[in-house]
Parts: sequence; structure tokens; C-alpha cells
Amino acid sequence: MEYYLQQLINGISVGSIYALIALGYTMVYGIIKLINFAHGDVFMVGAFMGLFASRFLSAKGLSPVWVFILALLFAMIVCAVLGVVIERTAYKPLRNSTRIAALITAIGVSFLLENGGIFVWGAQPKGFSEILPKHQFNLFGTVQIDSNQILILVVTVILMVVLQYIVHRTKIGKAMRAVSFDQDAALLMGINVNTTISATFAIGSALAGAAGVIFGMTYNSIDPLMGIIPGLKAFVAAVLGGIGIIPGALVGGLLLGVIETAVSSTGFSLWRDGVAFLILILILVFKPSGLFGKNVREKV
Amino acid sequence: MRLQNKSFWTGLVLSIVIYAVIQLLIDTGALNDFAESTLILICINIILGVSLNLINGFTGQFSIGHAGFMSIGAYLSAIMTLDFNMPFVVALIVGGLTAAVAGLIIGIPSLRLKGDYLAIATLGFGEIIRIVWLNTEYVGGASGLSGIPTQTNWTWIFIWTLITVVVINNFVNSTHGRACISVRENEIAAEAMGINTTKYKVMAFVIGAFFAGIAGGLSAHMFYIINPNSFNFIKSFEILVIVVLGGLGSTSGSIVGAIVLTLLFTFLQDFPEIRMIIYSLLLILMMIFRPKGLLGTREFSFNFLGKKGEAK
Repeated sequence: MEYYLQQLINGISVGSIYALIALGYTMVYGIIKLINFAHGDVFMVGAFMGLFASRFLSAKGLSPVWVFILALLFAMIVCAVLGVVIERTAYKPLRNSTRIAALITAIGVSFLLENGGIFVWGAQPKGFSEILPKHQFNLFGTVQIDSNQILILVVTVILMVVLQYIVHRTKIGKAMRAVSFDQDAALLMGINVNTTISATFAIGSALAGAAGVIFGMTYNSIDPLMGIIPGLKAFVAAVLGGIGIIPGALVGGLLLGVIETAVSSTGFSLWRDGVAFLILILILVFKPSGLFGKNVREKV
Repeated sequence: MRLQNKSFWTGLVLSIVIYAVIQLLIDTGALNDFAESTLILICINIILGVSLNLINGFTGQFSIGHAGFMSIGAYLSAIMTLDFNMPFVVALIVGGLTAAVAGLIIGIPSLRLKGDYLAIATLGFGEIIRIVWLNTEYVGGASGLSGIPTQTNWTWIFIWTLITVVVINNFVNSTHGRACISVRENEIAAEAMGINTTKYKVMAFVIGAFFAGIAGGLSAHMFYIINPNSFNFIKSFEILVIVVLGGLGSTSGSIVGAIVLTLLFTFLQDFPEIRMIIYSLLLILMMIFRPKGLLGTREFSFNFLGKKGEAK
């Protein structure tokens, strides 16, 4: 029992990283119907930015809590800018062309970030120093949870609540929902579609950046190709929860993390990625709109 | 019928001339090993591009798991020659047929999924195949199979490339192929016209997968060694790029795409550090300035060789 509880905790902490990345996927897909393959690489850039910021700030002698908060904010801001730049230069000219052209561009941007990263930072993994000292807490005797795991979950939930607030309570959120519902009609109603799409990219990429910093803190090692697999998995999480639905991304991410940890802990760790994709295919075949989505019939 | 078409015969004669000239050059030693292997690589990419084009370009089913089919063909044919001492042709066909069965299996989800969802499902499928190879001890796990006899030469690769292009080109221009194109243009309208869309979508997947399997077998018998990671989704993207670069829905476009991309890769090998950066930049610029690909949906034809009155 305690073993399962321990695995559940581990799964949730992996899952919250997926959830943070999945939120960005879900927002971008919801608004321009593009699988933004470069999203996983924005996450990678976020991790590197977090590393540089934390090194710089630690050298200045700031307290660890401030180092963490400032590094997180710095990574989020850089990623937000990066997201907007990618959207403006690569995706915007293709908004009216075929989906496949946009997808290839996204793949191109992804390759560019990965190999640009290798060019600038080298292919070797870099150690991510521990920003916040870890504290172990014992629950029910033997179940352990460390402060990092709690922190990850708390940061994920806070960011998701902020996101939910932005989307449902603010003007820009209202514009986002309008654009995702019907871009042309939104334009006719006087909504600046370009600004809205850029804002979506900025928010989504900032979340990916935050996930990158948290990933670095959890696994202590980052490299330029680290975004590929978490990026794909986060997309699986987004589809699992129902793409375009914000709470769906959170639940999908957590669920995927728990399932993966379960597969690993039963001794099939090499099959872990396979199981994630199998879930994806099963969900797509039996409930294509995801766990939280409603089925919408296509009109002729 | 297509076989009586003048353009078809011109193409066939021209291909045989190309074959003879290159064979002569190889025999006389005018082409070195590097040039020959580049040629073979181009042909493998042509087979892959043309077969994926049938699924993506003509039938409009967005598949990005082609490397998965390729790996099935590569592994199965390698096992056939290594462990069962089968002749090369038989091994290739076994690999192709097994890949076709996999195409049948992945064709089934395509009945319910569209567009991006199908794309991501096929990507997942390709990755699952890779992970299965990775975890199968019989085929060497992560280190893969080695010592596969090198049997692929210019003659074999040429024959298979020709078969692929002729079969797919004739298929596309047949009643079935037209039905596939109607599925691409508008699935609902096609269905309303009495076309069994299910049948044609699955058919495209099966034929495309078969030839991808053949290409896999040919490449396995070219490089002596295969391992699961050379068939990852980046390889699938590479094939997709060939198709899109040449023009979705144009067989000759895929051939041009395969030639251009293979040569580009070979050329960029001299600059290993910035190779992928240049490649990705070209990819982005290409999509921004010419999203339809080099040839669009047009086909290259030999009609201009005939008199003007006969053309068309």
C-alpha cells in the first residue's frame, strides 16, 4: 500500500511537468489548430535560461527562494518572447496555407532550436545545480515526499489557476476564446486576431519555460535535445484530457505521469514510452475528443 | 489504359537509358563508390517518398509514421536473409508484406481519425514499432542487427524504384486511384457519391506500407547494420519533407524531392556543425515561400516531346 502511494506521489510529480507543457500545447492548438512541435524545444530553452539565471543570481549571493523565483520569472519571460518571435516569423505567414505546410514549419523550427542549442551550448548534458535545498518529509511512516515534489505541484496548480483566470476573466482571455471559436467572426467583431494569437503563444511558451526550470531542478541534468520526448508526451497528455481544454491538460498530464510511473515500477521501464503512445492511440480511436471533450459532429 | 499511354512508354525508355548509362559508368569505374551509394540512397528515398505520397498526397491521409513501416521491412528482410538464408528477393517481399499488414492495422484507426489526430496517431504507432524492436532481444535490442549481407546494388535498387513508380503511378491513374483522390478532395462528398472511402483509405495505407517495407529491406541490405533508432520519427519527418518539398499529390514531385533532399544532405555532410541548422532554416523558408512544394500537384510529363496537336 505504502509502495503504491509512493509511486503515486512520484507519478504526480512527473505528471505536473507534463501538465505544464501540455497547457501550452492545448492553448496553441485550441486557437490556431497547429501541433506546435517546437513547444518541447521552448521548454528546453526555458531550462537553459533557468540554469544561467540561477547561476548568475546565486553568484550574487541572493537567498535561494529569491533565486528560484527570479530564475523562474526570467525563463518565463525569455520563453514568452521566443514564442512570440517564432509565431510572428514562422507561423504567421502560413496562417492561410495548408495544415501540412504549417506542421512542417513547426518541425523545422523544432530542429532549428535543437540544433541551435547544440551549436551554442554543446551537445553534452549540463548539470543543473540544486537551487532550493531539498527537505524530505515522511508521510505515514515510510512514504517519502521531498520539498521539490511539493513545490512542483504547487507551482503547477498556481500557474494553472492563473491561466484559468486569464482565459475566463480577462479581456484578452475572452478574445482568445472568441478567436478559437471562430477566427473570422472574431475579426468582424473588432478583435485583433494577430495580437490575440501572439498573446496565446506568449502565455503558452512562458508555461513551457517554467516547466523547463522545474524539470532541471527535478532531474539535475539538461541538454539541447531534452525537449523532444517530454514535448511528445505532453501532447499525448493534452489529447488525453481533450485538446483545447485547460483543466483537461492538467488531468491528462497527471494521469499520464501516474500511468508511466506505474509501468516503470512494475519492471517494464523500457516500455514506458510505448505505453504512452498506446494510450494516445486508444484514446484517439475510442474517444477522440479526450476525456473531457464533447463530441462535435462535423457538419456537411 | 495507362500502359498504352505514350508518355508512359517514353518514361520507361528514358529510365532504361538512365539505368544503362549509370551501369556502364559503374562498370567502367567512372563513378566511385561514394557516388554509387549516393545514387542508391536517392533511389531508396524515391521509393519512400513516392509511397508516402500515395497516402499523404493522393489520399489525403496525414501519416507521419512511415519510418515504422520501413523498419518492419528492414528487420523482417534482414532476419530472413540472416537466419533463414532466404534469397534476397524473397526476403524483401516478406518484409514488404509484413509492413503491408502493419499498414492494414494502422489503416483501421484512420477510419475514425482525421487530419492532425491521424498524424499524431501514426507518429505514435511508428514510435511503438521502434520501442518493440528496442525491447526484442531476438533482433539485438538497442544495438540492432549487424552483418546483414550487402546485396543491394544499382540493378536491384533500380528495378524496385521502377516498380514502385510504375505501380503507384498506374494505381493513381486507375479508377481506384481516382477514388483515393476524391477522398482527399472531400471525404463526405466522395462517400455521398457512393465511394467506399474506408476501402480506399486502407488500400492506400497497405500499398504505401508495402513499398516502405521494400525500401527498408533495401536499405538494410545496403548498410549491413540496422538499429531501432535509425527509424525514429525524425526519419519519418525526413520522408514527409521529401513529399512536401516535391509537392503533395505529384509522383514526379516526390522523385524530384528525393533527389534534391538526398543531394542536399550529402552536400551538407561537409559541414557537420551547422548541417542541421541550415537544413531546418531551408525547411522553414521553403514552407514560407513555396508551401505547395516544388511541383505542386502537377506532374512532369514527356508530352512536350511530341507534336503540339498530340499533346494532352
